[in-house]
Amino acid sequence: MIHQYQLRGYNIVLDVFSGSVHVVDDLAYDIIGMYENSSRESIVEAMLDKYAGNPDVTRDSIGEIFSELEELRSRRKLFVPDIYENHAMDLKSRHTEIKALCLHVAHTCNLNCSYCFAAQGKYHGERALMTYEVGKRALDFLMEQSGNRKNLEVDFFGGEPLMNWDVCKRLVKYARSVEKERGKNFRFTLTTNGMLLDDEVTAFCNEEMHNVVLSLDGRKEIHDHWRKTTSGKGSYDVIVPKFQSFVRAREKAGKSYYIRGTYTGLNPDFLQDILHMADLGFRELSMEPVVCDPSEPYALRQEDLPKLMEQYEGLAVEMIRRKQAGNGFTFYHYMIDLTGGPCIYKRISGCGSGTEYLAVTPTGELYPCHQFVGDPKFRMGDIWEGVTRTDIRDEFKLCNAYARAECRDCWAKLYCSGGCAANAYHASGDIRGIYPFGCELFRKRMECAILLKLAEQGIGPLGGVK
Amino acid sequence: MKHIQTVETRDMEKSLQNGGCGECQTGVANQQCEN
Repeated sequence: MIHQYQLRGYNIVLDVFSGSVHVVDDLAYDIIGMYENSSRESIVEAMLDKYAGNPDVTRDSIGEIFSELEELRSRRKLFVPDIYENHAMDLKSRHTEIKALCLHVAHTCNLNCSYCFAAQGKYHGERALMTYEVGKRALDFLMEQSGNRKNLEVDFFGGEPLMNWDVCKRLVKYARSVEKERGKNFRFTLTTNGMLLDDEVTAFCNEEMHNVVLSLDGRKEIHDHWRKTTSGKGSYDVIVPKFQSFVRAREKAGKSYYIRGTYTGLNPDFLQDILHMADLGFRELSMEPVVCDPSEPYALRQEDLPKLMEQYEGLAVEMIRRKQAGNGFTFYHYMIDLTGGPCIYKRISGCGSGTEYLAVTPTGELYPCHQFVGDPKFRMGDIWEGVTRTDIRDEFKLCNAYARAECRDCWAKLYCSGGCAANAYHASGDIRGIYPFGCELFRKRMECAILLKLAEQGIGPLGGVK
Repeated sequence: MKHIQTVETRDMEKSLQNGGCGECQTGVANQQCEN
């Protein structure tokens, strides 16, 4: 399977099952489009007809392209058939180790964001804080269940995890005290709204946190519309100076962070919010579409799609321009690694929710991921008894790039691995359903990400940026 | 003249042999291989 697209003066051909990317001229682009379903002679005639009057298009030049295509085909760089489907079918029988936990250390929050999927941090339940004892047992559970995996991940999540900061720090210290003897390497991360960031938190994060996600929605009027304190006041003026101070220290320490925003139907011109973040001095950015009940007034709608596509495309071009000017920034969905990216097993199996990755509530219950917490249908067990609902785990094992009939002909399935199970569940009522709106955005982001990578390599009309 | 420029990418077929170590972090496209 191939995917061909034209974007900003580029003719790009992606070979889906080899992962190869080709940049081609107009004539080759047209020939590739007909190559698999037309005879050579009919292609030659069609090209001579289409390019009549162009002295560069002759039977010889068309023949050159056929030779190049045949050579690429023989090197398995183009028109490669799907040889992976049987591997996907084996996934249910594989033994999976748990290698990542989302620790819900606080089911409470000091903000009252109206679009929050976690219902203001309480996940439709009671306010709760995780105790050190529960957290310690969760870390032991992770080490016990991780088999030979060396790298283990723990994300401090909420609600607002800084409302239970002392427990977070004690858990990090415990993990550090045992990781060497257990042959493990813990990577801790933190997702915070920033209200409680101070010098002490910053210093600890720079010492111990592999990455930190800071929530900011962009322009002040957008951010403050959604992200208010419990007394109803916008939080922008409180958190932006804290984030700027945190990021300065973080960059000095050579550590990663990223500013993560949510866009909604209120700001389909979200590129302006991303550029606002960049203008505030932030360099590692992410901006995500809200996923909510379609009846919500702020839901993104089908009619927003053309505008959203335009924003993603404009973002890629602006990133190239700013990089050239020496003030570049990164956008998470565009940070693909063409040469060192994921292997085919990862591409088929996806995020690992419900199998390699679980969420732990403040009381020690296990869920497939943070987006299922609070829905009793998805309670899988607890950190003392382990996963007792193995049927739920088996269902999630089958969530992969080959699980959905709708994905069969999609060129992006080995980039999204079949998409997010939580989004699919909320959109269709089935974790193996699809969320078509999200699929459209994902495909556009991948097209733009590949374009950006080509430009960064100096290829094509936007090249020259090194 | 060349009409097609092929960009260097990880060979997905070969990763059937040299992939699958499971040490990468939990969008899949953004992942970096740690093998």
